Amino acid sequence: MSGAGRRAVDIARAVAAGEESAAEITRAHLARIEAHEADVHAFNVVTAEAAVERAEAIDRAVAAGEPVGPLAGVPLAVKDNLATRGVATTCSSRILDGWVPPYDATVVQRIAAAGAVTVGKTNLDEFAMGSSTENSAFGPTRNPVDLDRVPGGSSGGSAAAVAADFAPLALGSDTGGSIRQPAAFCGVVGVKPTYGLVSRYGLVAFASSLDQVGPFANDVADAALLLDAIAGPDPADATSIPQPPEPVLGHLDDGVAGLRVGLVTELLGDGIAPAVVARVREAADALAAAGAEVVEVSVPAVTYGLSAYYLIAPAEASSNLARFDGVRYGLRVDAPTTNEMMIATRTAGFGDEVKRRIMLGTYALSAGYYDAFYGKAQKVRTLIARDFAAAYERADVLLSPTAPTPAFALGAIEDPLTMYLNDICTIPTNLAGHAAMSLPFGTADDLPVGVQVLAPALGEVPLFRTAAVLEAAAPAPATFAVAAPGGTRP
Amino acid sequence: MSERISRDDVAHVATLARLRLDDDQVERFTGQLAAILEHAEDVEALELDDVEPTSHPYPLVNVWRPDEAGPTLANADALAGAPAAEDGRFSVPTILGEAP
Repeated sequence: MSGAGRRAVDIARAVAAGEESAAEITRAHLARIEAHEADVHAFNVVTAEAAVERAEAIDRAVAAGEPVGPLAGVPLAVKDNLATRGVATTCSSRILDGWVPPYDATVVQRIAAAGAVTVGKTNLDEFAMGSSTENSAFGPTRNPVDLDRVPGGSSGGSAAAVAADFAPLALGSDTGGSIRQPAAFCGVVGVKPTYGLVSRYGLVAFASSLDQVGPFANDVADAALLLDAIAGPDPADATSIPQPPEPVLGHLDDGVAGLRVGLVTELLGDGIAPAVVARVREAADALAAAGAEVVEVSVPAVTYGLSAYYLIAPAEASSNLARFDGVRYGLRVDAPTTNEMMIATRTAGFGDEVKRRIMLGTYALSAGYYDAFYGKAQKVRTLIARDFAAAYERADVLLSPTAPTPAFALGAIEDPLTMYLNDICTIPTNLAGHAAMSLPFGTADDLPVGVQVLAPALGEVPLFRTAAVLEAAAPAPATFAVAAPGGTRP
Repeated sequence: MSERISRDDVAHVATLARLRLDDDQVERFTGQLAAILEHAEDVEALELDDVEPTSHPYPLVNVWRPDEAGPTLANADALAGAPAAEDGRFSVPTILGEAP
């Protein structure tokens, strides 16, 4: 069959072997988008025509015996904060109205070189600031598991696109959990790679010392396939790690015998739904049964992660978003002087959450408060890194929930601070620059529960080894309101 | 607990950030920012004098490359997204003094 709901590894193999047509596979996914996008709203734009042309070009290359890449003919959705040459890039904000980037992000170049077929740009919380995708200027995305619930955020469109089988793969970005939390909410796999493993060139900056691009997929092998295609040094990103990375795809069958797995004590208590804690403990049991040595470890400073993050990330955002001033790209609201034009443009162009974070960051960096807030938050970052280092003396990987609860209903959380609490389990990884992954592990109230595996910097191999074992042991997945016939869930 | 952030502070910060807030927004943001800053008091209370700050998870310094010209954006491409451009440059309203 060549329909939607297929795995990327199977599609790429069949297309490269000339057994199946990339164009036919692309059309099948576009048909699914056509049928269900009105319910889900995963995309800001669907680039159907370009996708079919691209897929036909891959079919011609296969027929001519030319080499095609590891993602040959695989439909892929791209978060709309990654620059795409010739295709509008909005960050789901009014302020980028009309901006068509004159260049591709490095990851967009890499997926194209690998043979992937981009089907569209996905919705997000404006400038990736949010945990529900409700902060989009273009309306919310809905969770394909239950259309009355949020998909999580900020990469909610990418998570939903994969969960709804609109594309087997998607790219997201993760600053404080923006790949992992929506992956958990939508019952898919999401990876936040080590800071610097994947180029940030062309990712519209939110918090530059925390942002990282990563994959969404329906299973661990597909996530590995995409990560291997996008990882690696990039001269255009001065923070990219100069050494070539170890590919992860070849390690999925390595098992966990002898691997030390640490359950993070601080992330199994207050504020985490009991059913979520239960799934995490079952995941630990499954790893123990597969030969891992499971221990409880303490990472005390993670309890300060949220506070540190909500000082550091807005501070960096207030600086990064100063560039949106009506001069070089996007919206301009006319006014007699440049200063008035900038104020009118930013006031009209940014939504409330973005304004709130710009204000918070400007305040945290302002005279008289810098040492008390921003300076201290940076020191807490050191404490978190130290506590993780101590934990990784006793464990090779760590285990925790991805989010405190399963997906909540649209409109259920209005208070900003309550929304921020969604990220308590994911934020510490970003502050430390480490790697982490969320993968589905059973349900709570018929909704997917995500289990988070954490690893130190460049610990992607043990991360994926652990995830592959957990995936094989996972309880029955949730039933999806929107999923391809025949089902694609692992 | 003392007032974390006042309405005047919020109005001042908005000016610094080049945002215009109406009275309702100032009221709402003052409460919301106060709640977030109150949550951050756990950090403020920590004794951290002996701890070095971390500004970046991957402390690379001086990333060198050969001093060779590479491909760059054409002027027209760089200006293509600008709301206003003139003579190969970004164009803005008057900056100083009266309009000519």
